Amino acid sequence: MSDRTGAWFEDVTRHETAASATAIRSGSHAEPAPWPELAVESGAASDEDDYYDWLHDATVVATADAAQELERADDRQLVHAVRAMDDCRRTANELAERLAEWAGTVDDDPGTGVAYARRIVADETAIEDETITSLAERVVDLEDEALALEERLDRVAPTVAPNLVALADPILAARLISLAGSLEALAKQPSGTIQVLGAEDALFAHLRGHAPSPKHGVIYTHEAVRGTAPANRGSAARAVAGKLAIAARVDHYAGDRRPELERELAARIETIQARDGATESTEAGTDD
Amino acid sequence: MTDLPNGVERREFDGRERLATEGEPVYGEPTDGTWRAWDPNRSKLGAMFELGFETVFDGGPDERVLYLGAASGTTVGHVADFSGPTYAVEFAPRPARDLVSVAESRSRLFPLLADARLPEQYAHVVEADIDVIVQDVATRGQARVAIENRRFLADDGRLVLAVKARSEDVTAAPTDVFDRVRDQLSETYEILEARRLDEFHTDHLGIVARPR
Ligand SMILES: C[S@@+](CC[C@H](N)C(=O)[O-])C[C@H]1O[C@@H](n2cnc3c(N)ncnc32)[C@H](O)[C@@H]1O
Repeated sequence: MSDRTGAWFEDVTRHETAASATAIRSGSHAEPAPWPELAVESGAASDEDDYYDWLHDATVVATADAAQELERADDRQLVHAVRAMDDCRRTANELAERLAEWAGTVDDDPGTGVAYARRIVADETAIEDETITSLAERVVDLEDEALALEERLDRVAPTVAPNLVALADPILAARLISLAGSLEALAKQPSGTIQVLGAEDALFAHLRGHAPSPKHGVIYTHEAVRGTAPANRGSAARAVAGKLAIAARVDHYAGDRRPELERELAARIETIQARDGATESTEAGTDD
Repeated sequence: MTDLPNGVERREFDGRERLATEGEPVYGEPTDGTWRAWDPNRSKLGAMFELGFETVFDGGPDERVLYLGAASGTTVGHVADFSGPTYAVEFAPRPARDLVSVAESRSRLFPLLADARLPEQYAHVVEADIDVIVQDVATRGQARVAIENRRFLADDGRLVLAVKARSEDVTAAPTDVFDRVRDQLSETYEILEARRLDEFHTDHLGIVARPR
């Protein structure tokens, strides 16, 4: 047939909802047409009401499916972005160290780290050796790239895992997803595993029998863990990991927001920190 | 005061007159029987009604609406409550999921995950001769979006547009941005009314236009 109209319903029939949804998602056409009329005329739908009922079923399924698939795809973007960000930052720091060592041989007022590289770049007169200033520029570029990736994570993470981001922050959420491999993989982890994600080295040392079991992995960076006195930090890490595990499951399987998770975690952490009592400590570094 | 479309009423909630439509609650808004309040602070179209913009909707089951930038369906839910077939386009997956829930209880609300800058992505679904296009996309190129979607609008149809200055250009003065948008629009549309929505939404311009 040559007189094709381009309508979404052309190659599907009234009660094939899945096929209709696929036709909605995959079709395209340059110009609109009076589709309801055409559907009734061609006999595809019995009347306009029937047509709209059909369209409703098909668009609801099509959009729910398409949204879910796109979100799934996004967790891979998140994993790449957080890994690239960590690589940029690690490389920037390594290079900055090399740079400081070198620049220290010609600079009367040497500094350290990326901040020093920024100073060399900003103040062109500080160091005359162009090889050194050029290296400083590379360091700054890498750090800027890391910052740009971080910004992107801030934007993408809440759409991928809104509950996880609400409980942790975008970077920690992305890191957990990255360590697990995907949001789905994270959603399938028991909370005890989530608690030590990122502490694999310490965990293997423990399993080999020459180290205490690690109390936390990357969730150490969570303010509720860091802000709790060392003696109670294990409980805080357990509480955080427990809620993060639920958040990951909701984000993966349901997708709606559950603000009560934040309230419950806050209440739990308050109870735990109340035990800190006089030993009040926000100091990091005293932990095992 | 301008008339409200059929299906939109001013009703009292907690001692205050508020806009309302009849339908399933969507965002925790106050209800009164089957009526639910429409919050102009969360809806540019709601703000335009509150500010007395000329009403372009008749309301009722024969009115066809194309809504661009539906987000989680806060406003388009109200539109579907008082209109007929309503096509809701949104391109971000996360809000589109909420939009689907809003559509589930509204049999003439059709959610579409598509880019409003690319009408070919949905012209096989959205019918011709739409009565009202509502646009609230808050992205760069808002005039362009309105122009691209002209193809759906009936010759006597209306465009209701909310322009967000910051989406167009964060550094420029909003008035300059608005002038530019109006300029671009005027090839394709005749602007009937344009006023700022600052009372409810800072640095937003509300526009009502008809195709040339
Ligand atoms: C200000 S919000 C809309 C709020 C909504 N109109 C309401 O009142 O309930 C803008 C929405 O436009 C969407 N958007 C931006 N650019 C778009 C595009 N090119 N196509 C479709 N949607 C777009 C954004 O994802 C966002 O959800």
